[in-house]
Amino acid sequence: MHDIDNELEVNLDNYQNETEEHEYINELDRIDSSDADKLLDVGVDTKETGRAGTFIQKDKSIIHCKTKLDGVEVMGISRAREKHEWLADYMWKNISPDTDKFTAQAKENPHEGYYIRSLPGVKTEQPIQSCLYIAKDKFSQNVHNVVIAEEGSELHVITGCATAPHLISGLHVGVSEFYVKKGAKLIFTMIHDWGEEINVRPRTVINVDEGGLIVSNYISLKPVGSLQMYPTTYLNGKGAIARFNSILVASKGSFLDVGSKIVLNAPDSRAEIISRAITTGGTIIARGNLIGKVAGIKAHLECKGLIINDGLMHAIPELQGYVPNVEMSHEAAVGKIDQHEIEYLMARGLDEDEAVSTIVRGFLNVDIEGLPENLKNKLDKIVFETQKDMM
Amino acid sequence: MLQIEELKVEVGNKTILKNVNMEIPKGQTHILFGPNGSGKTSLMMTIMGFSGYNVTHGKITFKDEDITYMPIHERARLGIGVSFQRPPTINGLKTRSIVEICSGGRPIDIEELSKQLKFSDFLDRDVNHNFSGGEIKRSELLQLTAQQPDLVLLDEPESGVDLESIVLIGDTINSLLQRGIKCPKEQPHKNFVAERTKSALVITHTGHILDYITADKGQVLYNGVLCCSRNAREILNWIREYGYEECVRCTI
Repeated sequence: MHDIDNELEVNLDNYQNETEEHEYINELDRIDSSDADKLLDVGVDTKETGRAGTFIQKDKSIIHCKTKLDGVEVMGISRAREKHEWLADYMWKNISPDTDKFTAQAKENPHEGYYIRSLPGVKTEQPIQSCLYIAKDKFSQNVHNVVIAEEGSELHVITGCATAPHLISGLHVGVSEFYVKKGAKLIFTMIHDWGEEINVRPRTVINVDEGGLIVSNYISLKPVGSLQMYPTTYLNGKGAIARFNSILVASKGSFLDVGSKIVLNAPDSRAEIISRAITTGGTIIARGNLIGKVAGIKAHLECKGLIINDGLMHAIPELQGYVPNVEMSHEAAVGKIDQHEIEYLMARGLDEDEAVSTIVRGFLNVDIEGLPENLKNKLDKIVFETQKDMM
Repeated sequence: MLQIEELKVEVGNKTILKNVNMEIPKGQTHILFGPNGSGKTSLMMTIMGFSGYNVTHGKITFKDEDITYMPIHERARLGIGVSFQRPPTINGLKTRSIVEICSGGRPIDIEELSKQLKFSDFLDRDVNHNFSGGEIKRSELLQLTAQQPDLVLLDEPESGVDLESIVLIGDTINSLLQRGIKCPKEQPHKNFVAERTKSALVITHTGHILDYITADKGQVLYNGVLCCSRNAREILNWIREYGYEECVRCTI
């Protein structure tokens, strides 16, 4: 019933790498309204209130791209490569094209992707928003993204991925390389709203230098055909910090194999992985791997899964310590909603359905760092609607 | 207010309550004594309607309505509220939110209520997460204060509470049960008592709570049977002197 290998198998021949170009849109409010609704769902504000810049790619075309700030660059990856020769050194650096067939595909048939860079010392309060959007049926969107937070800078990125409402099938391959330089801070929030038949294969590698901080938030609440990702983060500098939060919901027919690997290579580096996953009939493999290579590191992994009705929840927490004097721990729990919790809330006047949905909302309510208020409210609303659909 | 007739309850095929008859009239507070394992908490859970407590015989009536098999939330909405000894933690649900849930849409001043219970710092913490014994009591009472039930069931309100907090907890229970004596000056005591509508059943093992709250009557539950019903202080004195063994003599 839940055959993992079969679910993960994607035949690249079923997808096309070619499609027509889409026109560039100068004014974001003139974007097609059904597209705009989908963008909103993944955190992209077409009015750009509270956003420092925007990047939107539809299929293989960049349809909008701008930055409102000096000191922050936002552009398509091919333009960025023309502008900065050195960018070649940042691409395929920590991940090789022959890693798997998806990375090979991204190398052979590249379709843009974003380049976002904060210059040294530049601190952005407001996030840059980006969206990768698939509108063409059976299209394989192969992007390569690079994000660089230069020394002492602070960069917030909200990236949403979605598909057009009518889309039946598609493949998204995303190679992403992030660099957090000395003392820099990158808060990266990714919200996915794919479709029921969409296969998604992000391949992400992150490097963090001395005193740098990466916060990565990943949210996938809507149905997706299959999603498989396992971003790897290297904490290479003293005192580097990584914090990963993910919130996953898998409904019937959805298959999610999601996790993160963090390699702690430098003294005083810290890592934390927190994941909350709910299956309502789908399959979730929630991975987490913390690797402590030097003394004086601290790492914690927390993985909680709820099974509502049916489905498979497979938690795979791993800790690898290579030397003494590492402090590493994990807690994992998989189960159904505790009857005591339901009845406790019922004794306060909620009926059973209300009690269950209150508990589910609480379960998914991980305090996500660095979200703008309007997106936080939006997410609360999506969580509320998602849990209503589950019941 | 509450009437229990010939109540027989099984928990996991084991009979816990054999034959319980009890009446708590409107405005009265009754104390329920009993040794560990006598079925006090089971009686409370049965009144509230929790799963696992199977009524095999008898009847529970509240406000003239048969509630024996009524779902928990309907009993709550009808006016029964309970303070648990070991409530579950609900991750991600803030104490502020559960207090709002308890208010059932009535306007309440959460900030002021929590200030009175010295609980303001806990409003933005997850419900019961890493709360100490005393903190749990204050959290439960804050919720009940927002809920304003007509029948309050309190399970060992004094257990695990330090001496400083117990006065605060006693005061809160008294005002919840309209038994506070702090501000009824504008009318004579007899009116105050006559207008009292709140009833309570307070479970205690040690009886210490009687130093802080007033009660109309005491009952002793022993081995699944209510074996004594009289002045609460008198019962307590006897138990203190002779232990629950004395209750065994009375049941023979």
